[in-house]
Amino acid sequence: MASLKELKGRINSVKSTQKITKAKQMVAAAKLRRAQAAAEAARPYATRFSAVMASLAGKVSGDSAPRLLAGNGSNKRHLLVVVNTDKGLCGGLNANLVKEAKLRARALIDEGKDVSFYLIGRKGRAPIKRDFGSMIAREFDTSTVRTPGFEEAEAAASDLIEMFEAGQFDVAHLIYPVFKNSLTQEPVNTQLIPVPAPANSASGGAVIEYEPDEEAILAELLPRFIKTQLFGALIEREASEQGASMTAMDNATRNAGELINKLTIQYNRSRQAAITTELIEIIAGAEAL
Amino acid sequence: MALHFELVTPARLVRSEDVYMVVVPGTEGEFGVLEGHAPFMSTIRDGAVRVYRTDGAAPEEILVRGGFAEVGEKGLTVLAEHVEG
Repeated sequence: MASLKELKGRINSVKSTQKITKAKQMVAAAKLRRAQAAAEAARPYATRFSAVMASLAGKVSGDSAPRLLAGNGSNKRHLLVVVNTDKGLCGGLNANLVKEAKLRARALIDEGKDVSFYLIGRKGRAPIKRDFGSMIAREFDTSTVRTPGFEEAEAAASDLIEMFEAGQFDVAHLIYPVFKNSLTQEPVNTQLIPVPAPANSASGGAVIEYEPDEEAILAELLPRFIKTQLFGALIEREASEQGASMTAMDNATRNAGELINKLTIQYNRSRQAAITTELIEIIAGAEAL
Repeated sequence: MALHFELVTPARLVRSEDVYMVVVPGTEGEFGVLEGHAPFMSTIRDGAVRVYRTDGAAPEEILVRGGFAEVGEKGLTVLAEHVEG
């Protein structure tokens, strides 16, 4: 059995761990509220944009469609854009994302496609490197800013479009967490490039006049659409990270509390045992006289 | 007799209000939008969107960069990537 001093040390150490996890939990809760507000504020832009895209994409089709919409005719090389967090302490969030990415990559490889990765966020690098080390095309760093915003999404999007134009890949998929609530964040997987044609092309209503023509507008809107998608992914990631972190830290704090209780009981028992032994020794000594 | 005007950026909804007229800097020239404008869509160049709250009032200028404007039944929607001021 551990000595009294050792037990006391353990209890103190668990107590300071609990303090850290509790602080992190409260920070995450505060940040989550902000991240959720940001996600809500970004929604009108995204919905308007998709509506416009839908009505435009229905009009421009066939050979005249830009390459970002129609693709470059090939379906061989796939790029997986994986959005991970920059910091840990957020439970299984990154593990789930990496698992989804790997699953997707294996499925594509089994179909005989070439797969490469474009990693956003630091926490996805190591686990993906372990299995697909040679396939990482590029890493995009978002850890230099506190809350990644539209500038970062813009930079990543132009990076991707450049790679597409240079013919480095044919199809890009985006894998990012979607924030449902603070308990569940699900990794989802959407096609990023070529932009998937929206199913419900709302063709009803009045005739809309375009200036310049539809194709020119579409050519300008497509890169913006990709930016918006990436921005949405970054915002979802932010909310997911804080939500997952809050839940994980709540659990950790509770576990630490349980451990402290258990150790305290053990500590008190040992102390009692030591006192009893001492008493017995004294009594035995007195009786011997 | 009012035009519903919305100005949206990726980060937030900047404006959503009823105004008299808005002058938008389109890529092929500025155009003013009053209530009941025909459905129209245009990309915009970097410049100032001028908002006239009432007829003859001094316009309020909002600098926008990158985006497009859409006029539909519900009014005018300007989607811009950046808004200054």
